Amino acid sequence: MSEATTMSEAAGTGTATAAVRGGWSRTRWLREFSLIPAMALLVLIGFIESPDFLTGDNFLAMLQQSTELSVLVLAEAVILIGGRMDLSLESTVTLAPVVALWLVLPTSGSRFNGLGFGAEWLAIPICLLVGAAVGAVNGFLILKMNLNGFVVTLGMLTMLHGLVIVIDGGQTIFTLPSSFAYLGRHDWLGLPVSVWVCGLLFAVGIAALGWYRHGRALYAIGGNPAAAKAAGIRVERTIWIVLIIGSVLAAFAGMLYTGRLGSASASSGTGKIFEVFAATVIGGVSMNGGRGSLFGALTGVLTLKLIENVLTFGHVSADKIEFFNGVVILVALIVSRYTSGAAQD
Amino acid sequence: MEHSPAEAVGTGAVGSGRPVAAATGVSKSFGATKALIDAHIAIRPGEAHALVGRNGAGKSTLVSLLTGLNKPDTGQITFDDVPAPPLSDRARWQSKVACVYQKSTIIPSLSVVENFYLNRQGRGVRPIGWRHLAAQAADVLAEYDIAVDPTAPASALAVDERQMLEIARALSFGAKFIILDEPTAQLDGAKITRLFDRLRRLQRSGVALLFISHHLSEVYEICDRVTVYRDARHILTAPVAGLDKDELIEAMTGEDRAARSVLTASSFLAGDAGRAPALRISGLSLQDVFTGFDVSVRAGEIVGLAGAGGSGVVTVGETAAGLHKPSSGSIEVAGRAVKTGDVTAALRAGIGFVPEDRHAQGVIPLRPIAENITLTATDRLGRRGFFTTGQMNTAGAKLMRRLDVKAEGPQQPVSALSGGNQQKVVMGRALANSPKALVLIRPTAGVDVKSKESLLGTVQQAAEDGCGALLVSDELDDLRIAHRVLVMFKGRVVCELPSGWDDNELIAAIEGLDHIEDPDHIEDLRRVEGLNHLEGTGHE
Repeated sequence: MSEATTMSEAAGTGTATAAVRGGWSRTRWLREFSLIPAMALLVLIGFIESPDFLTGDNFLAMLQQSTELSVLVLAEAVILIGGRMDLSLESTVTLAPVVALWLVLPTSGSRFNGLGFGAEWLAIPICLLVGAAVGAVNGFLILKMNLNGFVVTLGMLTMLHGLVIVIDGGQTIFTLPSSFAYLGRHDWLGLPVSVWVCGLLFAVGIAALGWYRHGRALYAIGGNPAAAKAAGIRVERTIWIVLIIGSVLAAFAGMLYTGRLGSASASSGTGKIFEVFAATVIGGVSMNGGRGSLFGALTGVLTLKLIENVLTFGHVSADKIEFFNGVVILVALIVSRYTSGAAQD
Repeated sequence: MEHSPAEAVGTGAVGSGRPVAAATGVSKSFGATKALIDAHIAIRPGEAHALVGRNGAGKSTLVSLLTGLNKPDTGQITFDDVPAPPLSDRARWQSKVACVYQKSTIIPSLSVVENFYLNRQGRGVRPIGWRHLAAQAADVLAEYDIAVDPTAPASALAVDERQMLEIARALSFGAKFIILDEPTAQLDGAKITRLFDRLRRLQRSGVALLFISHHLSEVYEICDRVTVYRDARHILTAPVAGLDKDELIEAMTGEDRAARSVLTASSFLAGDAGRAPALRISGLSLQDVFTGFDVSVRAGEIVGLAGAGGSGVVTVGETAAGLHKPSSGSIEVAGRAVKTGDVTAALRAGIGFVPEDRHAQGVIPLRPIAENITLTATDRLGRRGFFTTGQMNTAGAKLMRRLDVKAEGPQQPVSALSGGNQQKVVMGRALANSPKALVLIRPTAGVDVKSKESLLGTVQQAAEDGCGALLVSDELDDLRIAHRVLVMFKGRVVCELPSGWDDNELIAAIEGLDHIEDPDHIEDLRRVEGLNHLEGTGHE
């Protein structure tokens, strides 16, 4: 490749002085933080509402509750940046842990009997493998058979949800292997393990998409697949890998969720995918691909969770909370539309 | 960078040694269509080689073979006498040949620097050094005279800057051969001059160019040799100097000069002074674009509206068709006021409209011709909005005959047609609801000679049938059919020329020169404007 020579030759002769990250100008850098004022305002409202709002305990709880959504948003954001979408993440969240539990739990002795296949520590690897398998199948259907991605993942969403009910017989599984429980229950240095891991995943994602060629390729693919192909990027392979990574992340989110609740069931997380899309778009990721950042997506999640928290402290009753959640999504969308200054697409 | 224009390599004279790129005896079929039959071409090092031919001559296919997007069925592609690499080895192709396609391969949502280093921002485990890359890109861009902030999003670049970015990027792979596929199609005069200056500098530094254009004047302007393809076959290759324009056109069309019609304005008798004009625009203004535009187009009259990019002529046309809401002014069709800023109202009042950009605003590519061509007149196809496919096809076929659209039938999707035939469909759509007035914006942009004549003939026919036409264009050939031409400069009409104007006079007015002091300068302008196109014959 001739790039090595051309790139080293011109080295060290700097004339550009602008602050650059991901080749971005300062104005776009600012756009990353467009939700921060809104978040500050929410914190202020919460503070006025209740003395219990601005406490370490409340924020820790809020962070922990955000982890599953954050991981899902991470997955969906990466897929959306690549110009695709995956609705089936929602079902993968429940399917992967349930399959793992079903395989490793003993054949007798509790309310839910598994197959007793292998040791308990296998639960986590199996869970992640199930995720990878779902992503691989999605990729095959979308990329190799050229089926429409929206409908393929919609079909998957429904089918996998049904599969969970078939496996667990519609009941909730309360017996968890210790590895699952550990993720949901333990703290490292005062922070829940799930928060640490989630933060780490985002750090890796942000670094990969900001400073690595393969991550940047995703923006090129989402922005103009033909141009990306002409530049030598393996478009199909990259998308396939991204779909698999997305589903693995969804499986991981399912693990966190199961560990935190101490149970797994088909009904947990139903409808969550729409919250995922809402947080991602509020966070500035384009539904048409090629635009947005993982940090922005993360602020999207935190904004939604802050609003939820503020509503709870405002004593909004449970029967109204769904209505308000919808309102909040729309308002947050409008707010981010104007703070980012760009039309959403 | 290795092949920058700054370090001129050698003498810059056209080499005659091994061809930097060559195709020998190549044939290519797509299904039943023979796109190339035993064609050949050879581009020498450092030369500017033109490839011309009408739509469907096989130019695009040759480009796809030379850039490694397709493999010839028979025959061979060579670079420096070495057979071309396999199609899968993109990196090696990129080091041999670069192509600036009509469709931009710049990704607008990414920054300039990232587009430049697309998929080679860094390698291995080391993170990308954005600061470093931006500095490097800034240096390269400075060499090519592209004055942009490398960290700005590419969407902020002008069309010609994007093109130069593509060229610069292509050359940074080490290629010594660039294909330019209609690079001037979207540029106005000053930008074309700039592009040509840059191309000449590249050529001096030893880069060979294959230049594809519909504008023969551009071929004469910058090319050393020209190759003509017709109906998928090679017709001739000759040095440009000493090749007569008529010979060249003959090679392209296969007809001799006598058979070609030369379009001029038909006589227009200003009778019926009492009748309301077909289209009257008074005091039309749009903030920051144009001011106080007045025109009165009588039935049967064709009025040209000429102006360079930025003069506001296109926006005047679009405003007349209802695409923009003017800040003041009124529009009347056959004596009746039309609600401004409302396309539906304009259509209903009887304005037929040919938009500027056929791809973006003109056709719905995947839908059948009949559906496209009757799109403005669906209320006339049947009763109360109900119509059958049969009715649509009948109406569509009628319009297709009138416009001479060459296609398999009314059910063929528009995307399968050549550019010229697509433009005829757009024109047909404007005529479908029997308009009283036509607003045409660059109706012959990017079409071949024959289609151009056919399209302009249709406009003349419509005028003879009693339509008034406002023809917005910067191409002299279009404007020749007008009975008078209004010239706009920076948002104001600066003069009106009756039919029979002198080319230099019109160009001077378009460029905003009040009086002509230096005839050479005008000659230059005229050439680079691309204004003086194929049939520069019947006029002086």
